[in-house]
Amino acid sequence: MSTAPEAEPVIKVRDLKKIYHIGEIEVPALRGVSLDVFPGEIVAIMGPSGSGKSTLMNMIGCLDSPTSGEYYLDGQLVSELRDDDLAVVRNKKIGFVFQKYNLLPRANAIENVELPLRYSGDATDMRARSLEALTRVGLAERVFHKPNELSGGQQQRVAIARAIVNEPAIILADEPTGNLDTKSGQEILDLLLELNAHQGTTLVIVTHDPDIAAQTQRTVHLRDGLILSEEELSA
Amino acid sequence: MKFLRVFKEAINSINANRTRTFLTILGIIIGVGAVIALMAIGQGAQQTITSQIESIGTNVAYIMPGNRLETVTNARSLNLNDADNLRNRSRAQSIIGVVPVVMGSAEVEYSGESFSVNVTGSSADYQQVLSLELAEGTFFTASQDDSRASVIVIGPEVAQRLLGKSSGVVGTVLRINNYPFRVIGVTKSRGGSQFNNPDLAVYMPITSMQMRVKHSSGSEAVDYIIIQAADSQSISAAISEANEIMRNSHRLSPRQKNDFTITNQQDFLSIANAITNVLTIFLSGIAGISLLVGGIGIMNIMLVSVTERTQEIGLRKALGARKNDIMLQFLSESALLSLIGGLFGIGLGWLLSALVGWIAASSNTPLQPVIGVDAILLATLFSTAVGLFFGWYPARRAANLQPVEALRYE
Repeated sequence: MSTAPEAEPVIKVRDLKKIYHIGEIEVPALRGVSLDVFPGEIVAIMGPSGSGKSTLMNMIGCLDSPTSGEYYLDGQLVSELRDDDLAVVRNKKIGFVFQKYNLLPRANAIENVELPLRYSGDATDMRARSLEALTRVGLAERVFHKPNELSGGQQQRVAIARAIVNEPAIILADEPTGNLDTKSGQEILDLLLELNAHQGTTLVIVTHDPDIAAQTQRTVHLRDGLILSEEELSA
Repeated sequence: MKFLRVFKEAINSINANRTRTFLTILGIIIGVGAVIALMAIGQGAQQTITSQIESIGTNVAYIMPGNRLETVTNARSLNLNDADNLRNRSRAQSIIGVVPVVMGSAEVEYSGESFSVNVTGSSADYQQVLSLELAEGTFFTASQDDSRASVIVIGPEVAQRLLGKSSGVVGTVLRINNYPFRVIGVTKSRGGSQFNNPDLAVYMPITSMQMRVKHSSGSEAVDYIIIQAADSQSISAAISEANEIMRNSHRLSPRQKNDFTITNQQDFLSIANAITNVLTIFLSGIAGISLLVGGIGIMNIMLVSVTERTQEIGLRKALGARKNDIMLQFLSESALLSLIGGLFGIGLGWLLSALVGWIAASSNTPLQPVIGVDAILLATLFSTAVGLFFGWYPARRAANLQPVEALRYE
């Protein structure tokens, strides 16, 4: 934790537990995780499947609520927020990048990018801002293409444009390169790292690819719902 | 602006699955179509009945013997003396025409050929008051009535059956109850049912009728008297005048009840309207059931749509959609579905009405279905309401999905 220890962490997780109930059986997915992520950091979360990394990701993204423990996002205790407030948090503070891109198949690239703006309540310059986001990911030429007319790497770029269009403080990427070949995967990662370098956006990447993790500043290893180790790499 | 976008998105989504959309709204189309068509036919029937009743005239009233509402003993029958009293212009200023009528049936015969017809005996005013149109010849005159002339006006079918032709028969002499009568006119064909066929009628002066056809039942008696006012505004004045004159004529003391009844066309009209209204509402109600079934079809398909798009809903929530945003998205889709169904249903209803009108016209039935603005508004509003009502549950289900579970849904 050498990175600016005096700064407030943007993500502050304390003893987070999540227990799923499958019928009568209790399945602990997280068994007490504490973690700080500071503004502008690049953190990789690694672990085998079933280690709880996706669950942790969903907690950080306010998509799911913990069984116990505390999570402060930007100093705000998330468990105090109501459904509609959570929607606002997801809309303004967090940008999601999914493994399967999750684009609306019937909408073209720019309409997909506009989607978060529609829910932001601020409809001014929607087109212009979306176009700017698409330009930043290098897809200015493809704004009116539907997802099925784009390659996997291009679709993921659209998804990244969608994640950054509202200028969030954090980007959460869940296996962003999982469906891509090595070359396109590296391009996507480069793009994310570049966003971090230029905008100072905090970047949390869930991955099982050590090559990807090696390019981040810090890697958190999860196993069986607990943090196994944290290793710091100098970027 | 926001509404426009939601609307556009709903159109896109509906457009993406056209076959399914069409099948879904088919129930609404049929329901709205049936409601519209039945309302149109009902209204058309009402107009037909109204115009037929009004063709007799809203400025006439019927005086009939006996009291229809209360029991009176020794009710006197009506006679020509009553009619004469009603003709007194100084006492009956609003009554401009008085037509006593005697009905009966008699054998009409020509060169060995004979059959039974309805015979109407009346005064010369009968033709004008009942708007009886003649194809040839003339109606009898007041002086022919006074002189008990043996003249008749016959329906075209009487001429056709007896003489083998329905025109050029004026001047022919027919025998009724063995008395010779000269044909002086033939009425225009009006068509009609087997019973009470106006084309199979015979008209003669009431005096001749009383003397030669219906002499058995008291020579002066008449079955009913029609009075005519100048217009429909003065009919109520005419009725109250007739009431006074009739009471005088029958020598009723102030304590005695009327032994006659005066009815206006307006009374018939309101009864007929009430009957057709009830029928229309009843039939439209049955048609409305298919609207309900159509609504359930919409709910079903919206539930399928919510399940199919669970991941999309999860994504939208992850991107910041609130419950209301999702709710609005799905509600607008189901409302739009049923609105489109309603619009097509109006078209179908119009087609059905036109078809019924065409069939009626080709079978000479005077029925012209009328599609009112009220029916169209009602159908549109009701079908949209059906969409909102049945879309509410699926939309709520979509809005309440947990984002993480929705996203993970395969």
